[in-house]
Amino acid sequence: MDRNFEYMFYGFTAAWLIVIVYVIWIALRERRLRDELDRVKRMVEDQEREAKK
Amino acid sequence: MMRTKLIILFSVLAGGLLAWNLHTIFIKVPDEASQGAIFRVFYFHFPAAVTSFTCFFVAMFSGLVYLRKRDLRYDAAAAAINEVAFTFALITLITGMIWGRIIWGIWWAWDPRITSYFICLLMYFGYFMMRRAIDEPHRRARLSAVLSVLASVDIVIVWKSIEWFRTQHPGPVLEIRGGGGMAPGMEAPLFWNVLAFLMLETALILVRMRQQGIQSEIESLRRYAHAF
Repeated sequence: MDRNFEYMFYGFTAAWLIVIVYVIWIALRERRLRDELDRVKRMVEDQEREAKK
Repeated sequence: MMRTKLIILFSVLAGGLLAWNLHTIFIKVPDEASQGAIFRVFYFHFPAAVTSFTCFFVAMFSGLVYLRKRDLRYDAAAAAINEVAFTFALITLITGMIWGRIIWGIWWAWDPRITSYFICLLMYFGYFMMRRAIDEPHRRARLSAVLSVLASVDIVIVWKSIEWFRTQHPGPVLEIRGGGGMAPGMEAPLFWNVLAFLMLETALILVRMRQQGIQSEIESLRRYAHAF
């Protein structure tokens, strides 16, 4: 029965680990996308300013 | 803004329900007579399987709507849903393998249910690889929708395989699928976990869809910048 507890622990750990890794991956992607959006917005604003001159 | 509120709402509800379910599973539900403690893995294995299948089907319908309307938002939704579903399908496979190691004495068996499930995962892995390989949005969306339909045929095979073939994988357990059922008090947490997983997956899908919105905004800004 002790062995069963050990593997039950592995099962729940694996499940939570997959969810946590996925959530971290999504969070990192969100940050990367927002940084990229800010950069592209600045680039467009610069180009618009240049075009007005 | 509405989407952010929904993400928070579903995350909080899923977190609360999961915490309550874990308390029930570990404290209130007794060990199963023949399997001991390991049977509790079923409380994650089954909900992850059911909810991932549900998501795969929803994604397939979203792909079909794309094929009809040619609106890329439906393709983006299908991709987001499939990605989250794939994550939970992976949980199903891994928890099943850990359970099998104790109950069968082996990590893996080339049983019809498990093999068809493995093929299903490979098909969706191929789906993501294909999406990365194709740049033209409408071509990518069209092929993704077709592959999604093909993969959903395999899901039906996975679902019915335990009725068609009686081999290594256990047959239906729940009464609603013609099984012997679970002891009173053991079945309810299972369905509560299905609900909790569905809410968690919905929150994750909404986050992924928001990210795809940002990605589209970046792409349209880039096109605008190139027009100067």
